[in-house]
Amino acid sequence: MRETTGFKVFRVVGLTFITLLTAIPLYIILSSSVKPLVDVRGEFSWIPTRVTLSAYSEMWSTIPLARYLANSLLVSVVATVLSLVVATFAAYAVARLPFRGSRAFSMLVLSTQMFPGILFLLPLFLVFVQIQTRLGLQLTGTYTGLIVTYLTFALPFSIWMLVGYFAALPRELEEAALIDGNGPIGALFRVVLPVARPGIVAVGVFAFVTAWGEVLFASVLTDRGTRTLAVGLQAYASQSSVLWNQLMAASVVVSIPVLVGFLFLQRYLVAGLSSGAVK
Amino acid sequence: MAITTSSPPPVDPGPVTSGAIEASAGNESRAGSESPAGSESPGGSESRAGIVPSQVVPPGRRGRRLRGPRSTGLLPYLLIAPALVLELVVHIVPMILGVWISFVSLTQLTLRRWTEAPFIGFDNYRNGLNPSSAIGQDFFSSLLRTSVYTVIVVSLAWAIGMLAAVLLNRSFHGRAFFRTFFLVPFALPAFVTTIGWSFIFNQQEGALNHVLVENLGVLDSNPFWLLGDNSFVVIVVVGTWRLWPFAFLMLLAALQSVPDDVYEAAALDGATMWRQFRTITLPLIRPTNSVVILVMGLWTFNEFTVPYILFGAQPPEQALLLSNLIYSNSFVNFNFGLGAAMSVLLLLALLAASLVYVRLFLNRGEDSRA
Repeated sequence: MRETTGFKVFRVVGLTFITLLTAIPLYIILSSSVKPLVDVRGEFSWIPTRVTLSAYSEMWSTIPLARYLANSLLVSVVATVLSLVVATFAAYAVARLPFRGSRAFSMLVLSTQMFPGILFLLPLFLVFVQIQTRLGLQLTGTYTGLIVTYLTFALPFSIWMLVGYFAALPRELEEAALIDGNGPIGALFRVVLPVARPGIVAVGVFAFVTAWGEVLFASVLTDRGTRTLAVGLQAYASQSSVLWNQLMAASVVVSIPVLVGFLFLQRYLVAGLSSGAVK
Repeated sequence: MAITTSSPPPVDPGPVTSGAIEASAGNESRAGSESPAGSESPGGSESRAGIVPSQVVPPGRRGRRLRGPRSTGLLPYLLIAPALVLELVVHIVPMILGVWISFVSLTQLTLRRWTEAPFIGFDNYRNGLNPSSAIGQDFFSSLLRTSVYTVIVVSLAWAIGMLAAVLLNRSFHGRAFFRTFFLVPFALPAFVTTIGWSFIFNQQEGALNHVLVENLGVLDSNPFWLLGDNSFVVIVVVGTWRLWPFAFLMLLAALQSVPDDVYEAAALDGATMWRQFRTITLPLIRPTNSVVILVMGLWTFNEFTVPYILFGAQPPEQALLLSNLIYSNSFVNFNFGLGAAMSVLLLLALLAASLVYVRLFLNRGEDSRA
């Protein structure tokens, strides 16, 4: 834990650089959102000369923003929770239980990570249409279709990461649970999950972020009623000229759920991987 | 000692540790039964035990006690079933269907009755791969551009992420703030930050031109950033800015798992921090590192959102990445067959690159550690 003075200087310089890199674009979005329209239309200014919240009130009526926000929340939360459940079970099986086809399954899941989304956009749409006509289950233009899609998008990475986390946990923990008369599932719920929480939370955040920001499939799989923010926000730009202040204000509002989630979950994200039961 | 080939088939539940480490590198080889060397070679587990103190117990004994006489039976299959079904419906079946579409003539006229689209063999591929046709030239230049884009963006994102992770690895006053703050570009939805950047790069009203012309005076007139060659610079900047916190998050988690006493021992031996980083940190976090780079590479190669949000369905040529080219072929020109053929080629390119990468880096990492 010894640090040289050189490292401390290095840290100050490095952190200043990265902080500016991160902060300046965010500041521009934020400061532009509180300018009146005439000011964002003219020459850019670092300090807003007139501060107004009018963009934050007008943006709701320019496009159906509230509707898009609710749609995005519903789809992302449900997809995240479901993908965590599915990925946890699968990852535990791969990491801890020997079975025939384990390797094939891992490679299959892993390989889907590299599928270009563009490759199966149209085919997935066609599959959904077939399911609709054959089974009567409406998938295109509905929440269900989008949730199923996003939940699966998160799976390869989630499973892969969770296998790593589970496999790195010491076996002694589960042994104790097994000796106490639990089966593998009991050991999973009583011992592995509590200890692996940082990993699971990190993976969950990843799933949520993926779903919240997905553009390509949302543009095809949603309709007027189920449109998510990722597609809906474009509407500000399709006005005759871009309403920059409203667009920036909407961007700020859209970012809030994700940022609040991140702040809330922050302590799980990086901390504790090396502390607690693992060491 | 090649851990890769050391895991025996499920009959012998021995080498838990080696299985565990392989799994974390995404390269399970339980089915590979070449040699059960791992379970019988204390050398391998000891050298690893030196790195990870919690894994000192001989693997054989531990595994046997944990699982008992193969009591798991159907359970693993039940556990993977939901994931398998979802992968099949959303990924595998559409992918096979996509391959089929690449061999038919599917346009918006035949889309409604797509199951009856006429089979045209390799025509779509001939079209896309013909270097003397406009379509073929677009494809090859886009492939090259996407490769360059991926290398630049992943390198920059890794470098910034690693720098941030190293700077925040040790506790100091204010670390928690930076740790949270640095995740913001990744936490924010891509479309939001890209919209913000499109405002920054705007020719008339944007912040960048204000800085260059008004604040610094290095330019006389406002250049167009979202046109011509500059548009490639723009997608690199936006892509990197979005991606680096991911590298930071994963690399910091990996750095945190390296026990302090390893560094303390090295510091006692007089190793400089740079030397410690190269000889201790990098080899120890190699599995995570390889995975992070691979994942970032695949994401970046498939990038669609940044050019799409900045430029719409048809970006300028210099910012036309493969996914956007395919999108415009499929959904602007409605030549789905050609789009599908290009997607298949994109997939094959990714597959080849990933296989080479996994062979080169993931396996070698394990070998050098054992």
